[in-house]
Amino acid sequence: MSRNRVIPGFGLSLGYATLYTSLIVFIPLAALAASGISLGAETFWAVVSHPQAVASYTLSFGASLVAALINLIFGLLVAWVLVRYTFPGKRIADALVDLPFALPTAVAGIALTALYGRNGWFGQHLESWGFKVAYAPAGIVVALTFIGLPFVVRTVQPVLEGLERELEEAAASLGANRWQTFRRVLLPALVPALLTGFALSFARAVGEYGSVVFISGNMPYRTEITPLLIYSKLEQYDYAGASALGMMMLVFSFVLLLAINGLQYWSLRRRGGG
Amino acid sequence: MSIQVRDLRKTFGHFKALDDVSLTFHSGELVALLGPSGCGKTTLLRIIAGLEYPDSGAVLFSGEDATFTHVRERGVGFVFQHYALFRHMTVFDNVAFGLTVRPRKQRPSREEIAKRVHRLLELVQLDWLADRYPDQLSGGQRQRIALARALAVEPRVLLLDEPFGALDARVRKDLRGWLRRLHDELHITSIFVTHDQEEAMEVADRIVLINQGRVEQVGTPQEIYNAPASPFVYGFIGDANRLSGHAAGGWAELAGLRVPAPEFGQSEPRPVTGYIRPHDIQLQAGDKGEGVAVRVESVAQVGAALRVGVRIPNGDTALQVELPHHGGHWPFQVGEPVRALPCAARVFARDGAH
Amino acid sequence: MSGVMSSLSTPGNVVVSRRAVTEAAWLRGLLIALALAFLGVFLVVPLVLVFQEAFSKGWQAYLAALTEPDAWHAVKLTLIAAGLAVPLNVVFGVAAAWSLTKFHFRGKQVLITLIDLPFAVSPVIAGLIYVLVFGSRGWLGPWLEEHNLSIIYAVPGIVLATVFVTFPFVARELIPLMQEQGVSQEEAALTLGASGWQTFRRVTLPSIKWGLLYGIILCNARAMGEFGAVSVVSGHIRGKTNTLPLHVEILYNEYQFAAAFAVASMLALLAVVTLVAKSFLEFKHQRDRERAAHAAARQEVS
Repeated sequence: MSRNRVIPGFGLSLGYATLYTSLIVFIPLAALAASGISLGAETFWAVVSHPQAVASYTLSFGASLVAALINLIFGLLVAWVLVRYTFPGKRIADALVDLPFALPTAVAGIALTALYGRNGWFGQHLESWGFKVAYAPAGIVVALTFIGLPFVVRTVQPVLEGLERELEEAAASLGANRWQTFRRVLLPALVPALLTGFALSFARAVGEYGSVVFISGNMPYRTEITPLLIYSKLEQYDYAGASALGMMMLVFSFVLLLAINGLQYWSLRRRGGG
Repeated sequence: MSIQVRDLRKTFGHFKALDDVSLTFHSGELVALLGPSGCGKTTLLRIIAGLEYPDSGAVLFSGEDATFTHVRERGVGFVFQHYALFRHMTVFDNVAFGLTVRPRKQRPSREEIAKRVHRLLELVQLDWLADRYPDQLSGGQRQRIALARALAVEPRVLLLDEPFGALDARVRKDLRGWLRRLHDELHITSIFVTHDQEEAMEVADRIVLINQGRVEQVGTPQEIYNAPASPFVYGFIGDANRLSGHAAGGWAELAGLRVPAPEFGQSEPRPVTGYIRPHDIQLQAGDKGEGVAVRVESVAQVGAALRVGVRIPNGDTALQVELPHHGGHWPFQVGEPVRALPCAARVFARDGAH
Repeated sequence: MSGVMSSLSTPGNVVVSRRAVTEAAWLRGLLIALALAFLGVFLVVPLVLVFQEAFSKGWQAYLAALTEPDAWHAVKLTLIAAGLAVPLNVVFGVAAAWSLTKFHFRGKQVLITLIDLPFAVSPVIAGLIYVLVFGSRGWLGPWLEEHNLSIIYAVPGIVLATVFVTFPFVARELIPLMQEQGVSQEEAALTLGASGWQTFRRVTLPSIKWGLLYGIILCNARAMGEFGAVSVVSGHIRGKTNTLPLHVEILYNEYQFAAAFAVASMLALLAVVTLVAKSFLEFKHQRDRERAAHAAARQEVS
């Protein structure tokens, strides 16, 4: 085979990339899978169906879903405004969208907690109206919204930029009003990108740990997310329990990753075809 | 330097790009590899360059086996279809690249490199662009810089992949003539790939016609035009009317037209396909006399020629006829009955393959 | 994640000049206001709060929090972790992108999926897997103990966890870029007599440098800021296995809020610098990609 490759470095680069990927990613993940499997079905089931675990799934998934929905709506709005309109400070706003990627999650966690806590800038008002955010599920949603914010914006933005203005002009010339044009021409073209962004934001939220631990209060059954449950099992040297829950999350991540890849493929094809 | 390729085969997956190709390129000639896209011509060029290796067969440079010589040591100048100029380097640095990557001992001095680069840029008439970047050049200029860059390493062979493919029609015509003159000046063995028959006819000393990974015909442009070796060549080079019919006893009957077919002397009629060039058909006014009766359907003047479309009534076959025309009235009007008389034709047996 | 600087890639004023297909002024204003309010509440206010809280006890307390020995140790450890993880992932990213984009081979998609995986995995899982391999009850635990080596609850574990979470960054930036650039420039260099190394250094590297730098910036930001994965493997030994984000947590949990925010403000500053550098690089990187895409489009037409 090597005879057929004129460009040099195939063996070296692929060999190194494969070795490194195996050592860093594949073998440790295999260790997790092996550890989960070695528990046996009964123990595994006992761990993953424990009420505390189930409560944590409900919370993790529920809060992630709400956060991803918020990001879906506002992400579309932000992308729209950044692509379509001009206003002072636009470039700063655009750069700022990536803050959640750049800001360490622990910093985000303590900042949000201080902000929504009883004495915080937002917290004191919200609490006087009867909303408890910090140390409650709402706080988790706030943190997850923060860390998932860039995803929808950054997947929708390039698609929106790539849309031909002729499409809208054609719709307008056929008598559609602005809302009809948006609903029936623009929105369908954005659906794959919106779904991709939603899924990415959701996936990130389900696994998030750093920003949530500060604001959630970590009360079992009430504000304990799944990653935190794994963490506390590890702290108690309950490797078996941690592995079982870890494997559940790993399988879930993997399925979501495949779904996202599928969505991105779809999105690309739609863009290519359009 | 002469180049020989022997029994080359190359497949990509299930696709046969080259199927037993053997050719000789003589020293100093300019040869066109001509064929439809996907016929394997670019693969052949890349194998000669050493950018691809054949599954079997051999490449010989001046009689020496070079099949698996690495492209780096092969001493070929290759001009890529989209030029592949280094975007982050100036024109000067692009042309100098081949000299500056030589091992220290063989590398010319800085002054020598500068002198040679400027000489090459003068050769391609773009000396004044030395400090520009490729993005600042027009397509035709990039093409010539790519050529200068390939020539800088003093290659033994010059290989060009669709050298004019990415240019617009006018620039293309200018560059064709320029390439021919440059070749006459340098006399370096050159092979270029094209799918444009006009380009091949105009520029090349010889043409290699390739179809589906096989060589269909090799010859000078005149040979190929005047004596196409196969139905494919007839169809690919120039325009031709394609007619089906039967042949026996040295004659073929093509939709009413009778043409000589000396290859078919047998008495049993065999199905054949005949090719007649539009300018090999004469039209005579009136409905009596030699040839077959046809009806004029369209007349159009294209340059110094008159294109007449006629239809043979009974077989419902359309023919394109081209007549020289030097102004004045058109000799034929639409709807007029005339007689068509072929003066040259080529007949091929029609087997399952065609 | 390859964000796009919209204001740079589309000449901004198109909207204003085409009345027929835009919204009424009041609606535009409302939408802009809503979007900015959202960004303000979720991004600007928390960022401002970090700095405000950091200085809540004055300059001296701020400086004291930063110059305290444990803080300094955390800075050093953070720099070590990033200083190892980033170069390792750069070498990997370049090698992976080279093999994936310049050659065809079976199993390409598997490798690409594996490269993406660390992005999809929870940071806690990232820590957990190393505990399972190297921890005292893990696969290699007994062997490590025998030879008196410790990885978990020690610096090597922190580096490993950091490498894992930043693993895809460089490769993810380079793969699409090099895919679009194709192989013809490398082939041209080879026909001109360049060696493999010369081809890489003088032709490939200059054409990917902005993308590479972009990946490095993102990789570095995550490496210095990672919390969850590092938290699992560190053991939180003050002055020994604490990185900056972990130090923030400890101070916060000890109710030393001003000090926690002071240390956090350093990380926030790093984030701001990252964003500025990123915006600048995006412009350069985007231009390279557009040119490559342009060349690719030309190729497809003919």
